Parts: sequence; C-alpha cells; structure tokens
Amino acid sequence: MRLVAVQEQDFDSGALLASLNNGATGGIASFTGIVRQNETGTLAALRLEHYPGMTEAALEKLADEAATRWPLTGCVIIHRVGLLLPGQNIVFTATASAHRAAALAATAYLIDQLKTRAPFWKAEETTGGETLWVAARQTDHDSAASWHNEAQNLPHGTGRL
Amino acid sequence: MQILYFAWLRERIGKTGEELTPPSTITTARALVGWLRGQGAGYAAAFADEKLIRCAINQEFCPLDSSLEGVREIAFFPPVTGG
Repeated sequence: MRLVAVQEQDFDSGALLASLNNGATGGIASFTGIVRQNETGTLAALRLEHYPGMTEAALEKLADEAATRWPLTGCVIIHRVGLLLPGQNIVFTATASAHRAAALAATAYLIDQLKTRAPFWKAEETTGGETLWVAARQTDHDSAASWHNEAQNLPHGTGRL
Repeated sequence: MQILYFAWLRERIGKTGEELTPPSTITTARALVGWLRGQGAGYAAAFADEKLIRCAINQEFCPLDSSLEGVREIAFFPPVTGG
C-alpha cells in the first residue's frame, strides 16, 4: 500500500490506517497535522499554496527514501491545500512495517523532511482581514538535517513498496 | 524560459509566472534574480532580500548559483513552510 496525494478535500485517517494493515504488517505509525489556532485567537484560516507537479514529485521522492531506509510494508503521505480552518486536518504521514521501530522512525522522517523539502507555503488569514505569510523556522531545518547523522541500527528497506 | 513565482513573491509581482528571455549575459539563477529586480517596482519588492529567495529549476530545488543553461522552467519562492 503506497499513497501520495496533494488534495483540497479532507482525509479519513482511520480508513487510511486500516488500509495499511496487510498480511506482512506488524505495526502502523502515523502523524496527523492539525491547523492550530494561535495564542490570541485571531487565525481565521490557513491558506496553503503549492507548486503543482513539483510537490507530488517531492513527496514521491520522500516515500522512496523512507522505503529505502526502513523495511516498510506501506506508506501514506497526504497534504491538503487551499483554505483550511483551525482544527481541521492539514497533513498525514503514516507507515507500516513488520516491527514498530521502523514504522515510528519512518513516520517521523517523512514529516520532518516534508516540512523543508516539499514546495508548500502557508499564509495566515486573520480575523481582521490580513494575510500574513508564515516564515520558515530554523528548528524545522534542524529536525530535517538531524536525520543525516542518525545512527542506522535498523534493517534497511529495498526502496520498493 | 518559463519563470514561476509563488507565495509572497507572486503577490508582490502580481502574476503567477511568465515566459521571458533574459539577456545572454544572465547565466545563473542569482544573476536572473538581479535582472528581474530591475523589471519594475513589484519585482524590486519581491526580490529585495536575496536571503529569502529560493529557487527550483525544472521542478527541483537548486542553489541560486545554478547555471541557467538548458533551463526550461525556473521558479522563485520564499523558504517552504508546509507540514
């Protein structure tokens, strides 16, 4: 099971997790990103823009990398675009493997890399009618870069799913 | 070549992209940024701070020092903020 999608519509994380359960799977891990209201309650919506074509290719490459680093039996990456309200789903990464360590690590890898290596841009639309583009965070770059130095004690995958 | 703009670069320039033929002396993405900066007030505002400009050539992230030889499509945008 491999699914990579960029879409406006919501996703059903429960159904996606169920679809990752096949005969070879021993564990499924997932991350669901939610549009977070800011401290002052002034976020009306997030607007997500992307680079059609390049985005899908970038996400497919991340799925390939995860399946090369870890022996996965399944992988899902879904990112929503368009206008998203506080509390709504924005992103979903999930992986399945025979054992938990690979699934947990691969899921974290996918969301860490996605934040710095896929062409998405967020703008905050405020309750006052302003549009504020979100600035990139150094901590996201640090998280993505930390995987370069990570000790590889787990069995590797074949890159195929 | 096809030049695309995203996020606040698109807003400041006022278009999603355009087909342009820069002078033959413009051989890198960084030089193209400098040339575009001179194309009008919106361009000057979009490309004012080079530290905030990222680019993709033929839909792959590339450093600004990349060559423009054979480039069909180049995109300029701020650092990505997905996830």
